[in-house]
Amino acid sequence: MSKKLISVMLVLILALAILPAALSESTFDPISSEEIKVGAVFIGPKDDGFSGAHYNGIEGMKTALNLRDDQVLYKFNVAENSECETALRELVDAGCHIIFGNSWGFMDYMEEVADEYPEVIFSHCSGYKNNGVNFNNYFGRIYQARFLSGIAAGLKTQSNLVGYVAAWPDNAEVNGGINAFALGIQSVNPEAKVYVKYINSWGDPTLEKQTAEALLSLGCDVIAQHVDSAMPQVAAEEQDKFGVGYNTDMTSIAPNAHLTAPIWHWESVYTAQVKDRIQGEWVPKNYFIGLAENMVDISPLSKNVAEGTAEKIEAARAKILSGDWDVFYGPIYSNTDELVVNEGAMLEDDDITGGLMTHLLVKGVDVK
Amino acid sequence: MTFAQQLLAFFYAAVLASVPLLYGTLGEILIEKSGNLNLGVEGMMYLGAIFGFLGGFIFDSAAMALLFAFAAGMAGAAIYAFITVTLKANQNVTGLTLTIFGTGAANFIGEIIKDSHAAGTVFISDKVKNVLLPLDMGILSDIPVIGKLLFSHSILTYFVIILSVSMSIYLNRSRHGLNLRAVGENPAAADAMGISVSKYKYIHILLGGGICGLGGAYVSLVTAVGNWQPNIIGGQGWIALALVIFSSWSPTRAIFGALIFGALSVLRLYIPKNIIDIPGALFSMLPFIVTCLVLIFSSIKQKREHQQPAGCGVNFFREER
Repeated sequence: MSKKLISVMLVLILALAILPAALSESTFDPISSEEIKVGAVFIGPKDDGFSGAHYNGIEGMKTALNLRDDQVLYKFNVAENSECETALRELVDAGCHIIFGNSWGFMDYMEEVADEYPEVIFSHCSGYKNNGVNFNNYFGRIYQARFLSGIAAGLKTQSNLVGYVAAWPDNAEVNGGINAFALGIQSVNPEAKVYVKYINSWGDPTLEKQTAEALLSLGCDVIAQHVDSAMPQVAAEEQDKFGVGYNTDMTSIAPNAHLTAPIWHWESVYTAQVKDRIQGEWVPKNYFIGLAENMVDISPLSKNVAEGTAEKIEAARAKILSGDWDVFYGPIYSNTDELVVNEGAMLEDDDITGGLMTHLLVKGVDVK
Repeated sequence: MTFAQQLLAFFYAAVLASVPLLYGTLGEILIEKSGNLNLGVEGMMYLGAIFGFLGGFIFDSAAMALLFAFAAGMAGAAIYAFITVTLKANQNVTGLTLTIFGTGAANFIGEIIKDSHAAGTVFISDKVKNVLLPLDMGILSDIPVIGKLLFSHSILTYFVIILSVSMSIYLNRSRHGLNLRAVGENPAAADAMGISVSKYKYIHILLGGGICGLGGAYVSLVTAVGNWQPNIIGGQGWIALALVIFSSWSPTRAIFGALIFGALSVLRLYIPKNIIDIPGALFSMLPFIVTCLVLIFSSIKQKREHQQPAGCGVNFFREER
């Protein structure tokens, strides 16, 4: 028998062996829950707002799936540069089967490393890419929670001016949050305006406080935020005003100011993905889930909210959960008086995570 | 909100922002006057911030908070002094290392405190805050404009003004100040005069570190109102270093320099977007652009007393004299 024939047969056998795997949905074999290793690369420490919420999410997943401490490896305070790549490779070397990264700037590094290690799953938070093999993205419809928190702010404000300490301009996530919050306010208080100041950073405690103080000096009496620390709430508390936090319940830091905060329940997406990996059912789909899946919510209303807030919020929540209506439901006008979403139309997800939302600010929002 | 009210709010915010910068600057001036360049201001401020917080949190006393902050800044500076003065290692590298160490240590300790206590229980009590937070001086604070600008500040704000004036007197009008300047300008000559170079360096590096530590405590106790936040200093130590150059090593000029830098750092928050729309990043650059300009002009003018102490950055080896 010639060598050619042997090699042809070998190729055929190999092809047959691969075929069943290619037909089934997941390309990852099941693995026992005692063996799986999970890695997490976080931009911040475990005690800041944003990474802290992710940390709680991973810890929640660990409890839900009965993993041991040594099965979860963390990398905290990882910068959005080649440090991220190093951290990812270290986690791969340590034997992780699935690695999560929680910052926008990690996306390209994760995509690159994912190509090198097709046997490891790389799951990135807050981006949009997907390589169809072992790299996906997950994020939540936090704008739904922001809408609900806007109701609390709209009912509370006396001056009808609500301040918003925002991270970056021209960013769909940030602007989507501002818009949803403003629409929430307007749903109960059409007179109110939202004053926005961008700080050009995801977090800088001193600058966040100074920005909140500048907004208070403009006459705002409720301060909302899309930045990491609780400093805007501290500023509101110091001046006997009110605030809407973010990421975690900030009532303990500003007991007389804080109303409620849009919060994340990251454990839902972490548990789902790790469980899928254990059962060999993980597929590279992107997650974009919200209130209905318990991915986002608002923290319990504090004693500071106006009367009737809970009822209004529950009504809005029921409307969102019904599935017929969502926050970005037309007609929506931009703050330059342009009709951007027609009456009865709903914004597509692509225009919420990017596209239109990148530069959109709705009517009633003023950048100061 | 009227224009005048906005202007007042802006000036008040500028004063608040300038205080930690001024502490860092004064500390660094004292250190550089002894002929040592310490790039660890940021690190010493971090140490002061976390230990000031700890002192206030554990002992429930404002005095302990400030004492801890001062001691922590001194401890950071002691590491630096030992490595550069006794072991004669490179000052730049040592200072940078101190910054990295201080930043990491403070965030690490902060995380541990938060981890070991129930969520939301880690903050400074009202008793301590009432001592340190901006004061209400009754009638004085109620005077329009002036009351807000001059009589509604933290005791740490008034203390830093006294400190910079007394530092100026110490440096320029006292024998020890003269000796210190001799050590910074020409350690060999000072040594020949019988001044103990190492002793002067040690004392002033330590004191300078303590002052930087107080600046850190201001951030964690007054700016953050007694809540520990990770990465709380956020580069203010570096701005303080630029401010040392800006104020040309003079403690009194540093007061005005700090006010200008403080104003520049909050300027963008008070300029209405609809009047002047400049990207925020440009505003963040302003203190450093101004420092560059000062460097250019002061090097053109070449005035002796406005220059960095001549011995700064170079270790003194007695045997090579």
